[in-house]
Amino acid sequence: MYNTGNMVKELAEKHGRKRESLMPILQDIVRKHNYLTDDAMVAIASELDISAAEVYGTASFYTFLDTEERGKNIIRVCKTITCSMKGKNDILSTLEDILKIKVGETTPDKMFTLLETNCIGWCHKAPAILINDMPYTDLTPETVIDVVKGYMR
Amino acid sequence: MKNKGLTKVDLIFDSIDIMKVMKKAFEMTSDEIIEQILASGLKGRGGAGFPTGLKWKYTAAEKDPEKYIVCNADEGEPGTFKDREILDRVASKVYAGMAIAGKAMGASKGFIYLRGEYRFLLPQLFIELHKFHKLINEIGYDFSIEYRMGSGAYICGEESALFESIEGFRGEPRNKPPYPTVSGLFSKPTSINNVETLVTAVMIIEKGPQEYVKLGTKDSRGSKVFSISGDTPIPGIFELELGMTVQEFVNEFGDGDTKAVQVGGASGFCVPRKKFGETIIGFEGVPTGGSMKLFNSSRSMYNVLHNYLDFFAEESCGQCTPCRVGCQQLLKGIEKVKKGDSKSTYLNELVKLADTMKVASKCGLGQSVGNAFKSIVENFREEIIY
Repeated sequence: MYNTGNMVKELAEKHGRKRESLMPILQDIVRKHNYLTDDAMVAIASELDISAAEVYGTASFYTFLDTEERGKNIIRVCKTITCSMKGKNDILSTLEDILKIKVGETTPDKMFTLLETNCIGWCHKAPAILINDMPYTDLTPETVIDVVKGYMR
Repeated sequence: MKNKGLTKVDLIFDSIDIMKVMKKAFEMTSDEIIEQILASGLKGRGGAGFPTGLKWKYTAAEKDPEKYIVCNADEGEPGTFKDREILDRVASKVYAGMAIAGKAMGASKGFIYLRGEYRFLLPQLFIELHKFHKLINEIGYDFSIEYRMGSGAYICGEESALFESIEGFRGEPRNKPPYPTVSGLFSKPTSINNVETLVTAVMIIEKGPQEYVKLGTKDSRGSKVFSISGDTPIPGIFELELGMTVQEFVNEFGDGDTKAVQVGGASGFCVPRKKFGETIIGFEGVPTGGSMKLFNSSRSMYNVLHNYLDFFAEESCGQCTPCRVGCQQLLKGIEKVKKGDSKSTYLNELVKLADTMKVASKCGLGQSVGNAFKSIVENFREEIIY
């Protein structure tokens, strides 16, 4: 959980209070806090003068706008065909081993969430993952460990 | 039919004088620009292949003083990664394409909808955009561009779903008509073009349509950027002249053991080895937004189809029943046949379901699930069953 505080008001000042301001506001909160709390969505609803159901309905449509608690670093392993052909399962099981969680889970220290995702556009450099915004490609079980260790500090 | 063979081309990534080509375009009338794009025969490079000149012409014909040019950079089709490469390497050409399109149809505002997966590109794209805005100010032309980000929804690549998303709603496709050229973003006349289409338009203005039509075939003019992946020794981005056969493509990119090529991504068609020679890559044969995936004989086509159906079942927006239920039932259906819980003739029922989805689904997603489904089931039936 995080404290919504003045954040929503500040974001509304930045992006406006129209309906089309909703996505940029949701995206900014997720970038900062990794997921949307009920409090944040209710605050947005009141700031934009729309119902909270509209905010939740919109947010829950989009895979990257999580409404469940997520870790500080969100790892998304591409599971679409080329990555799947080129060793995605090995990458995923390596990540599960070193993070000691299953796909869909968050580490107890809230540092990592491990998810699968659909094609992220790196088929020529498969297998690929996204950690937050950054893509990592041409991975092997060895290199993915190094990549994740870089986020452990 | 005589085909063109395989020829590499360098138009899209070629560096050009942006200032010069924009000045050239701004000296033309709106009609002259549209005439040139029409004469080039350019069709949309996102996959659907609507003639770009017509799209601009229809938008230009609308009387509303407020119009938009939208660049669709929500590249999500499995196996497509060319638009990222284009934005990464020649963003200024994308911006110039939007300005020229804006001039042609009378729009002074452009939006680029970039998929969330490509957000890491933004800092560099903003630097390029800043330069572009300065340049266009120098020319003294009123046009500006803003970015809007996606958040991981494949369906937002569908034009009307993309508008919904920019407007702050769930990315659910709208009924058509009205088409975007009449009522698009914020219900205003809108031309929405793929990243590569806009850059191609710039190259047509720069070189002239007479030069451009020398490339390609009657139905598929010009060249195209291909995203090549799968079982190939040389995966990556290649710009090729349109009109080659799948066989010629495989000769260049295959690993010597290619049994099938999926042309156009999960929503495209699977071409089996026996049809490589007769199938032309382009609008007269199998069209593609650029995605080319090669599969060799070590791959199970059941796994390929299962992966695609799993993808569609997740990415269907769920708004219309044929697509929402159809994707799930196709997926469950092939699982049942594989396990032996259903007879192999059940596949015929599933093909009928795919046909129904094509007719009854609201948008291109549901309508095209049957492309991959039918072409894989028909050509690799034994692999689905056993």
